[in-house]
Amino acid sequence: MNLLSQGEGALFGDPSSNRARQFFAGKPRALTDKVMTVREAVSRFVHDGDYFASGGFGCSRIATAVLHEIVRQGKQRLQFAGHTATHDFQILCAGNGLGRGATIAAVDISYVVGLEARGLSPHARRVMESGEVVFTEWSNFTLALRFKAAAMGVPFLPARSLLGSDTFRYSAAHAVVCPFTGEKLALIPALYPDVAVLHVHEADCHGNCRILGTTVSDLDIARAAKRVLITCERLIPNDEIRRDPSRTVVPFFCVDAVCEVPYGSYPGNMPYEYYSDEEHLHHWLAAEKDLETYRAFLERYLYGVTDFEEYWRRCGGLSRMQELRRQELLLSRHH
Amino acid sequence: MSVGYNAMELMVCCAARLLEDGRTAAVGTGVPCAAAMLAQRTHAPSLVILFEAGGIAPQLPTMPISVGDSRAFHRAVMATSMADIMETCQRGLIDYTFLGGAQIDAYGNLNSTHIGGEHARPRVRLPGSGGANDLASLCWRILVVTNHDRRRFVEKVDFLTTPGYLTGPGAREAAGLPPGSGPYRVITDLAVLGYDDDTKRMRILSLHPGVTLAQVRDATGFELGIRDPLTATDPPTAEELRLLREEVDPLRYVIGRH
Repeated sequence: MNLLSQGEGALFGDPSSNRARQFFAGKPRALTDKVMTVREAVSRFVHDGDYFASGGFGCSRIATAVLHEIVRQGKQRLQFAGHTATHDFQILCAGNGLGRGATIAAVDISYVVGLEARGLSPHARRVMESGEVVFTEWSNFTLALRFKAAAMGVPFLPARSLLGSDTFRYSAAHAVVCPFTGEKLALIPALYPDVAVLHVHEADCHGNCRILGTTVSDLDIARAAKRVLITCERLIPNDEIRRDPSRTVVPFFCVDAVCEVPYGSYPGNMPYEYYSDEEHLHHWLAAEKDLETYRAFLERYLYGVTDFEEYWRRCGGLSRMQELRRQELLLSRHH
Repeated sequence: MSVGYNAMELMVCCAARLLEDGRTAAVGTGVPCAAAMLAQRTHAPSLVILFEAGGIAPQLPTMPISVGDSRAFHRAVMATSMADIMETCQRGLIDYTFLGGAQIDAYGNLNSTHIGGEHARPRVRLPGSGGANDLASLCWRILVVTNHDRRRFVEKVDFLTTPGYLTGPGAREAAGLPPGSGPYRVITDLAVLGYDDDTKRMRILSLHPGVTLAQVRDATGFELGIRDPLTATDPPTAEELRLLREEVDPLRYVIGRH
């Protein structure tokens, strides 16, 4: 293929499908019980310097408990896929610029810093404007294709977007001429994260997962990542998985750890379970404006709690979760 | 008889009128979503709404806060993946998309990446492309809804996040973007604008009621053409306003912003 041009952005992650195959050759396949606490899962499977990916869509079906635990354990120098990242990125940025080292060192950006209509995160902006984080530009589709290529076990996929833009120029994509048609294409390199986390509705102890609603890029992320942590609203028996296998969207052999975390996407939305807590999200955004206020906020909600359950209990507990459930199911007059 | 309305209500009505029945529109939250919902309730009951996170043809009970939240696939016909939606755009099945940005130039190129500084050390870091670059590359017609001022309407965008007509006629095709796709309309609080067929530069199609040509030119940082004849934008009808206020956005999530 005739190379026309290439983006000058750094290529984070190794797109080699051969080296990925060598890794997957050694990945355990047995139907073992992988249930553990979030603390243990993060401690065992997330390492300093890892490339980390997180599922869901910013404030929807995100694995909040694992994101908090990564910051609480002070994981350092992660590379991160900023794939429609909003509150998830905001949480990880709490590990930068506050005297605890740098949780984030590099970002593949399709969407970061913003929280859609809620506005920009002041602290995520500080982190991204500081010069201490390196980043490469992508788009939602092309970053999704990086996971998809890896999930397929190929080193790249072609796409018809990015072309002609500065987003291409600051990406790590290549532009080529298609050998079949003569059309110009962007080649998007595979991304095999070292570790990824998804929050799902139901999983069995082996890691067979069910997701309700939109899947965003989660099915490809689960297949692309070398190690996968699952948090689920509910653990279900393996018999229930086998009763209706058409509902399984991630098979167990992709998964390394399963953690049962009720309300695990809070303060994000979990489809059919609970709506996002807009008041808490606004509280978080407001606290970030001033660094001392933000330190105190993080002490109360992140560092000063032992686990995720203590966090949501500090945010209003069961009565708040029930109110968000009523909002989600349109039983409430709000939303 | 004149009916009172605000600028946001007029912008939503202008956007809604551009969406033909039986077409597909990839929308975001806010004005685009309100416009599509209004179009469905007026002239375009068969307009299909898609959200990039995976919702196809939802029956929206209220405005979603995020394109990925559960409202965006409420009573939808399918809840799928982001790649599936973008691949559908890439196959040529999606007619309209709505985009915004911090800056837009005469060719409809958009910036949502950074303002000032350089890429590695921006003065203001913005979210980046999100799905915008893909939707603008792959959908047939790009609509932009934005406020109209000199900070936004600039001679040159600080960063070309999302392609419009790039540098002019033939540039999209030369870059490899799908032929026949590109910028279509820009709806602002002052006017409705389109693009000259020959130069691919932005031009005014209609001025909103009470807005002068000088006002629009003052609010634009590049030379702006005019369609002949230049018309006045039709104000919202009483029925459009009723639907917008009572059914589409009763909590005034979008129309209350002005």
